[in-house]
This record gives sequence, structure tokens and C-alpha cells, in this order.
Amino acid sequence: MTVTQETKTINLTIDGQQIKVIEGASVLEAAQQLRINIPTLCYHKALPSYGACRLCLVEVSQSGGRPSLQASCTYPAQEGLIVKTDTEQVIKTRRIMAELLLARCPDSDEVKRIAKELGVEKIRIKPKHKDCLLCGLCVRMCHDRMGRGAIGFAYRGSNREVQPAFDIQSDVCQTCGACFSICPTQAIKFEKITKNKPRPILSEYDSGLRERPVAYIPYPQAVPKLAIIDEEHCVSLQTGECKVCQEFCEAGAINFDQKEEILKLDVGSVILASGFKPYDPAINDTYQYSRFSNVVTSLEFERILSASGPYQGHLLRPSDEKEPKTIAWIQCVGSRNTHVADKGYCSGVCCTYAIKQAMVAKEHSDTPLDTAIFYIDIRTYGKDFEKFYNRAKDDVGVRFVKSRINNILPGDEEGDLKIRYTNEAGRIAQEEFDIVVLSVGLDIPQESMDLAQKMGVELNNYNFVSTKTFEPVRTTKDGIYICGAFQGPKDIPETVMQASASAAASSSLLSSQRHTLTKEREYPDEIDIAGQEPRIGVFVCHCGINIGGVVNVPEVTDYASRLPNVLVADNNLFTCSQDTQDKIKERIEEFKLNRVVVASCSARTHEPLFQDTIRDAGLNPYLFSMANIRDQDSWVHQSDKEGATEKAKDLVRMAVANAAESSPLYRTKLPVIKRALIIGGGIAGMTAALNIAGQGFEVVLVEIEKELGGMGRKIHTTLQGDNIQNYLADLIEKVTQNEKIEVLTETIVVDFSGTKGNFKTALTVGPAMYHREVNHGALIIATGALEYKPKEYLYGESDAVKTQVELEDILSREESRIKEWKNVVMIQCVGSRNQENPNCSRVCCQQAIKNAIAIKEINPDINIFILYRDIRTYSFLEDFYRKAREMGIHFLRYREDEEPTVEQEEAKIQVTFKDLTLGREIKMSPDQLILSAGVVAGDTQELASILKVPLTSERFFLEAHVKLRPVDTQSDGIFICGMAHSPRLIDETISQALAASSRACTLISQDAIEVGGVVAKVDPDLCAACLICVRACPYEVPFINEDGVSEIDISKCHGCGVCASECPAKAITLSHFEDTQILAQIDALLEAG
Amino acid sequence: MMVAFQKGADGVYVVGCLEGECHFLTGNLRAKKKVEYAKKLLDEIGVGGERLAMYNIAASDGPRFAEVAREMHEKIKAQGPNPIKGATLNKKAA
Repeated sequence: MTVTQETKTINLTIDGQQIKVIEGASVLEAAQQLRINIPTLCYHKALPSYGACRLCLVEVSQSGGRPSLQASCTYPAQEGLIVKTDTEQVIKTRRIMAELLLARCPDSDEVKRIAKELGVEKIRIKPKHKDCLLCGLCVRMCHDRMGRGAIGFAYRGSNREVQPAFDIQSDVCQTCGACFSICPTQAIKFEKITKNKPRPILSEYDSGLRERPVAYIPYPQAVPKLAIIDEEHCVSLQTGECKVCQEFCEAGAINFDQKEEILKLDVGSVILASGFKPYDPAINDTYQYSRFSNVVTSLEFERILSASGPYQGHLLRPSDEKEPKTIAWIQCVGSRNTHVADKGYCSGVCCTYAIKQAMVAKEHSDTPLDTAIFYIDIRTYGKDFEKFYNRAKDDVGVRFVKSRINNILPGDEEGDLKIRYTNEAGRIAQEEFDIVVLSVGLDIPQESMDLAQKMGVELNNYNFVSTKTFEPVRTTKDGIYICGAFQGPKDIPETVMQASASAAASSSLLSSQRHTLTKEREYPDEIDIAGQEPRIGVFVCHCGINIGGVVNVPEVTDYASRLPNVLVADNNLFTCSQDTQDKIKERIEEFKLNRVVVASCSARTHEPLFQDTIRDAGLNPYLFSMANIRDQDSWVHQSDKEGATEKAKDLVRMAVANAAESSPLYRTKLPVIKRALIIGGGIAGMTAALNIAGQGFEVVLVEIEKELGGMGRKIHTTLQGDNIQNYLADLIEKVTQNEKIEVLTETIVVDFSGTKGNFKTALTVGPAMYHREVNHGALIIATGALEYKPKEYLYGESDAVKTQVELEDILSREESRIKEWKNVVMIQCVGSRNQENPNCSRVCCQQAIKNAIAIKEINPDINIFILYRDIRTYSFLEDFYRKAREMGIHFLRYREDEEPTVEQEEAKIQVTFKDLTLGREIKMSPDQLILSAGVVAGDTQELASILKVPLTSERFFLEAHVKLRPVDTQSDGIFICGMAHSPRLIDETISQALAASSRACTLISQDAIEVGGVVAKVDPDLCAACLICVRACPYEVPFINEDGVSEIDISKCHGCGVCASECPAKAITLSHFEDTQILAQIDALLEAG
Repeated sequence: MMVAFQKGADGVYVVGCLEGECHFLTGNLRAKKKVEYAKKLLDEIGVGGERLAMYNIAASDGPRFAEVAREMHEKIKAQGPNPIKGATLNKKAA
């Protein structure tokens, strides 16, 4: 309660302490301000006091007057009043009150708790076992705050009861639940009050597995992490009543006058990224999702597994919270099915997530857990995903059942489920499970379709945004770009890549406007603190009741003010508020502070803000320290207020000790060379080059071959029917004509040095083989990959055996030859998904289908047999798999351990394989055998070692983070795209090339980059050049310089401190985390105990 | 770690990210080695290596952090005070 000048104030004394309150406050409120604890039960901050329970009795007297016992909640504070809250009389009477309450409601936990707190354990009178205490909270809440009055008191004396008028179900009840939630004894029975059924509000984030309040933070990682009010369920927003929350929010942040605003923005380009919604299996409820609570969607199961989920990460099933022993996953729910909801596409991500969930579930389960995935094809086509599948299958023991599900029935035990399915041999089988997880696909929400229509963006037949193969992020409307799942089903790495790609396309369009809206922040000159003793200011935060409700903040502040080097300590309601920021700046000036400590919340969220504040007052930002007395203290020790206060003192003492040892650090600006070098002149490299040039920067494009084009030269059409050669010719023309792009063919990289923004690459340029050096700010690796040259199936020995790429050449030139063929066999996964190359090559399934359809179109009578392990036509490619089957192309599965064999039988070849449906061996003598040879990395090792960029074990370039940084390498300023990263289709290659360009331009569009700050530094006098730091650094930064000592380039250092901790001579220190600072904190911590 | 024991800490534990998920690639594996080494030294000097421990906990797993804190607290309580503290106090007394 803030004291303002207009209101009249009253002085009174409580337990010997003076307190000033505004007129009208009760004695109870006055005592609460002094943190004097008075027990209450019928009191509620948001309601007028009622004085029903009499637990808050205190002794009051005017000076000289006779003391009397009064209920402090209803007794107004008066000038000169003397209040005693802990006299023998008060305590004795409170005990009697508690005993009477306990006699009425002996079964209520809350009443028991209060009675126990007051030392009442026995009841001397006969207990009544009533539910209702008659505290009147519900009646007051309904009448005074909800404006309803659906319930009231009926009868008198000992017959008194809470009920609706005439004890008839009320028409005015709005089922808001306020009476229910405020009742201390759970006495409210909705069915007595209203005909309406109370509806719990289900948490969207927890997929409806648990309830959420009306005012809530949507999920723990929400950005910004702020509470929102659910308009539909908020009584205030619906009727104008209630507003109880405003009484509790001390920051005064709740503003019911806020209205939806319509903003008009002038923009040059729009990027659509509205994503997907999970398919709702209740619409066509084949799998009894609405009927059985133990049939859950994969998203619900994800919440079940989560530590922040409804069961705190314990693996339990919804119906009876029993630990499951068996779990099944059903794949392709809402995917690959034209009969149900017209979902003809593959959702592309469900196989991998189901495998992940099965593995995590096994890990979470205390007892052995059986997990079975019922699938059509396992589609783990992403980079290294196949290895993950193998691990699940071979090491972890996840079962994979190729099947068609017939139906789901109740199991023999209550809650169990029976899956009936047709297995691979065509027989019907059944199994029982405790939980069935539906691997639901990706669907487009109606809002996104409406948005697209409003913007004039065309959608495809499945309601995803239509794009063209060669322009994968461009919509049908100029200036509007698309990324993520709204363009087509995709996983996180592809989404992140496409996001960068759409940014690149948009930036290219808007490059002339770059930085025109940027504002430079100005700071005052920094105060030189050299030679000064530490002068520390400490600011302790109440954070409303977040900290202040547990930790005694004034006591901690007082303690802090007496710590060494501390000149001033303040406490604030919210330290992060604008007025407190100004106060901190004033204090810095007033006390000539040279260090600042804030004791509040997490450095993760608030350190940058406070650093900025002290920078604004002329202090170096590294002179700031923070103690987290909220997350690490008040939040976790709510039940131990004294302990929490002591811990807060410890944390503050350590932060003060750390601050005293801290010193200013500076970041240096290095100019950036506004030029990119791209290695590899295929589709990826050329696409990136054109985009970078389009964004206004110079590009040097290096190609090892004589001509540009790479692998693209060998492929003629895409599965969708686009002409690759025409596209490629056009691309080469644009690249060679662009004056910002310099193309160097027959050129190899021989040396590379420098750091991000300032690289130097040495090249040998053919055919004259001269030496050339290029300075550039960013580097893109786009060296592509190669088709595997098969060693198996008589390849190279028989003319009748070709690869898919060779077949494409025949298709483009020798149609007549194809007309002569009667039987063609294709074998999938040649050189992929085996011991030598465990990865899936991703492109071969669609390539086989593309070529099979092309052959069938030329020669409709031909028989084509595709021997496969899993057909991986993900996303919209599934349509072509369906088309191929409709055309009569035969797909026959073989098992990994029963590979087909190929023999030369006189003029012909003979293919033998075991058909899994018939269970028998089949021999065929095709005119032509086509091998779907996989993708293998090119000769990347030398280049990788020159660039110091790591490779995967299959020699593809390794990204910095599989999901979050899919085109960055671990070396800043070096990016990867195209097949050099992993096998991929042309549209994906183009997306990734644009993404790499976007990342490179983010760097080279800056005039300078800041380096330094928290980095390691070497004291050359102490260095013995022992090379330990050189070996220990995970980023290969330290090197032995010309003076024979270790040197660390601050522009490369990540500040991890490994070198500093390993250096035997202690020659290396990590700024801001120096030994002196850490030891000072240890000293400070241990000096108390 | 050793200074903390020298100054009288009864127990010390290091908490890092899950193995394989270090922000600095391999930092937590190096820390693990150092903790193992320091445990040996503590055994040798009679303080007892079991007073030092390293745990790997995901940043999002608060309940596990609390569990570890309780576990460590119980373990150290059972061990009694750090003998070095007694030794330095005795020296002061003498």
C-alpha cells in the first residue's frame, strides 16, 4: 500500500512497532505491512472483511483504555491505537476459535493445518463433520466480485447453510468456479448450485491432458514469458465483474482496457511462416481416439514424457495413471491415405519422432518396456537418421512391425487395447498394449488457408502453399515468401534452412533498403576506474511477492549494506522497472559507484538489461554482478522463509565478493571484408552466388571442373517433370553474366587462414595453374557429392546392369532402345543403408519412381519390378509413388539380410530374391537391371583439413548443430550447403543454398564485428609452450606464435575456459571468470560456516 | 574444488549438462576427468573422494537437480564435517 499525499494517514503501534497506514485500513492490513503473522481463514484480500472465523483476534486499546479482543480484519486502524497480537489472552482465545472450527469441520485439511499451527490437536466437544465452515468466502465472492449472488446463507443459528435461493438450482450461476476455488474446505457442490456442468479449461500446451487457469503463461519456454488472460473464459472480460487478479498483481500490470489494435505496416516483402497443426484423429476416428483415453496422439505422448508435463515426466497412461508395460505406435495417421480426409502426402517427420519417443519411453520406464512401431515404410531419410533407426532397432530393442492396422478394440484388462493388424505375410494378427500412440501427421489449419487467400497466395491440392521446384521459397504472389511446414511437411533442420532461405530471397529484393531503419544506440563516455578501490552498490529485488513473500528483503538489504566495499544497498519492488533503472543510475552518480550488484532473478534473462543500465551511467558492463535469489532461492525454498533469507545473504555476499574482483573488459571492432568465397559451382554454389550478388556483395565462385553445373549436368528432369538442363543453362548464364560474380574454373583451394569477416584463401587457378589469393568475409562450401559406383550385382561386368543416372542418359537419348525392353528390375539401396554406408541416400526412391514412370510412359506394356526395403517418397513425392502403383509398376520388398542375387545366365542376367508376401524365392530374367546407387561424399578430406572444418564419418561436412544451425559449421563465418552437407533433392538444395547465402550475408552486411569480452588470454612470461592448450581447445584456437609462446585469437575464442583450466603454468586466464573472482566467491561462501 | 575443501567445505559437487550436450562441445567431459582426478587426491590426503561428485543434469530438469541436492546433502551429512576444518581449528586453538 503506497502512501500518497492526498490520503489521510493514521499512526498506530502493533507489538511495540510504529506503523503508518492510510485511513480505512484494517488492523490486520497494518500488521501485514509489518510482516506480523496473524492467522486468518475467512479473510481474503479481494473481498470485504466479514469477521466470521474470529481467528484473527487481537488485543486493542487506546492509551490508558481497557484492552479488548477484536477481529483484526474488521477493526479499523485508529490514530494512537495500541495493538498486541501475541498476548496469552489472544493466543488462548484463538485456540478456542480454532477448536470450535475443527469441531465443525474435523475432516478439512485446511482447518486441520490452521489448528495445528495454533497448537490445537484435540477437540473437547463432539465433532459435527460438516463440509461447510460458514466462512462466507463463496457467498461474498459470488455476490461482491462476480456480481451474481447465486448462493447465499439460508436459515439461522445452528441450521445456517450456504445454498442457492430456495435450494433450487440457480439460473444466475455462470459456472465460473470462483466459489469452488476460494472455498477452504472443498464444500462446494456444483450440482446443488447449477444445472450447468462445470467445464475445466484444458491446457492447449499439454494437449488437453491437464487443466490450466484463465490467466496463465502458455508454456515454460514462451517468448516473451508473460502471463496472458484467456478472453473467452475471463469473467471480467465477459461481464466486467471480478477483476480479483488486479488486487494481487503488485506491479499493476493488469489492464482490462487493453483492446485489440489493428496496425498498418508498410513493408516491402512478407514471409509466411504460420506452420502446421497436428492432424486431428477424432475427425475420422478409425483408431477410436475419442473412445479410449489410452489412445493418445504423439503430441499428447510427448507431453506425457516431458518433465514439465502432466505426470512430471513419469511414464503413466491417462486412464488410470498406471505405469505401462507395453506401448504401440501407429504410423501414418492422417498421412499417406487418400481415403481418409484426403491426406495423400507423407508427413515426413513421424517415423523419426516415433522412434525417438519409443527410445525415450524405454529410458523413462523403470521396468522393461515393450515398444512396437506399426509402420508401412520407415522413412528415416534425414542426415544420419538411418543410424538412429538402426540404434533403436538393434541396440535399444524397439520392435518394428510392417503391417496394415485393421482396428483397435478394448483389451482383456480394463484400459488395455487390442490392435488387430494384417502382417507382411498377409495374415491377421493381434496384440495387446497399455497405450497406443497415434503418430499424427502435419495438417494445415483453416486460419492459414484464410490468410493465404487474403494475401492472394495459391495453395496446392493439399492446402500447402504452392511453390516451384526451382523457386522453393517463392509463392505465387511477388514479394511474398514462404518457409516451414506451411510450404510442405518438413522437420526442424529443413524448416530452419528454409527460414534462412526465405530471409535471403526477401533480403535480395530489399537490399537497397538495408539498415535504413537501424538506429544506433549512444552511450556516455566510460568512467575510468583504474586505481580505484571497489565502491559497490547493491540492489535487492522484492519481485512483488515472488521474492519478497519468502525472503526477508529488508533484512537482506540491511545485511548487504554492511558487507565490505558496499557503499549503498537499496531494495525495490521491481528492480527491472524503468524507475528503478533510473534510481540505479542516480545511485551510481551519487555514491561514485564503480561496481553494481543486483540480487533478483536469473542472469540469463536480466543480466543484459542491467549491464545496459550501468553502461548508460558510464560504467563498463563487465563491472556488474548478479545474485539469483528468486529461481535459486525464493522459488525453491518457499516453505523455509528463514533459511531462504540466510541463503539470499550467502548469494549476495558471493556476488559482492565477485564484483569487487571484477575488472572492465573491452570488445574490439574488426572491419569486415564484404566479399564471399564459394567453393563448388554446382546448383548449390551458383544459387548462393546469385543471391549474395543480388544482396549487393561480391562473390568469387570456385569450381574444380572445367565447367559449372556439377551433378546437375547428369540429371535431366525432376519427378515433378521440370527440365533441369534448361534451368541449369539459365543459371549458368545468369552467374557468368553477373558483374559481381567472378567465376574461377579448374581451380582448387590450397591454403586458408583468418577469422570470420577476414579470411584469406589461396587458390591454384587452371589451366595455367597460377597462384591467387582472395580476401573475403565469409565462405560457403558447396562441393556436392557423387553417385556411388556399385561393386555389387555385376555392375561394370554386364551391359544389362546400369545405374539410375546412366538410365537417365538412355531415357534422354535412346527412346527406341527402351521400347524393346519387356522386363526391367530396379534394386533400391545399392550402396546405401549398409555396413559401409549406413545412411539413406534420400534421392534414390524418387529417382527410381521417376525413371520407372518415364519408361512406362514410353513403353506401356513393359513390366517394371522395383525391389526395395522401404519406399521413402516423403512429403508430396508420395503422390508419384501412388501414381506408379496405379500405372502397374510392381513394388516388392526385400529384407536387409536377404538381399537379391544377380547372376549371368548366358546372354541374360538372372535376378533372384525372396518375396515376403509369398514367402518364396522368385527368379526373374530382366532385359535391364537398374541399380539405385546411393550418394557418396566426394573427396572432401583434403579440403576439410585445409579449412579446419570437421566431417561426419561418411565424409560429409558437419554442421554446428543438427537442428538449430544446419548450414553453419563450427568455424564462424564458414557455411555449408547442397550435397556437401547431405544427400538432398534439387528444391532442398536450392533452399539450403539460399540459407547459406543468408547466413553469409548476415555476416558480411556488417561494417565491423565486435570481438573479445569474455575470452581467454595468455601471459607470455608464464607460457612454457607445452602445447596443452593447443590440444585441449575444442575449437582449435591456441597456436604457438613467432615468439614461441601460445597465442589465442580473441576473434575465434568462444570463452569456454578449457585452456585456462588445463594450463599447468596458469599462464592462461579467462576474463570475467578469473581465479581471483572464483576464489573470492568461495571465500565469501565459506566464511559464514 | 580443492581450495573449497581447503577453506572448509564439507562437500562439493559439480553439475554439468548431459554428456554430449555441452555448449562448449567437450567441456563437461573434461570437467568429469578433473573431478575424477581431484577425488583421487582427496582420498590420498584423507579428506575422502566421496565428498566430491559430478552430476550431469539437463537444464530443463529441475526435479532431478533438487533430487541431487538432497542426495548430496544426505551423503555429506553422513560423512560428518570436513577433517581439514577440524585440523585448521585445532591449529588455531593450539
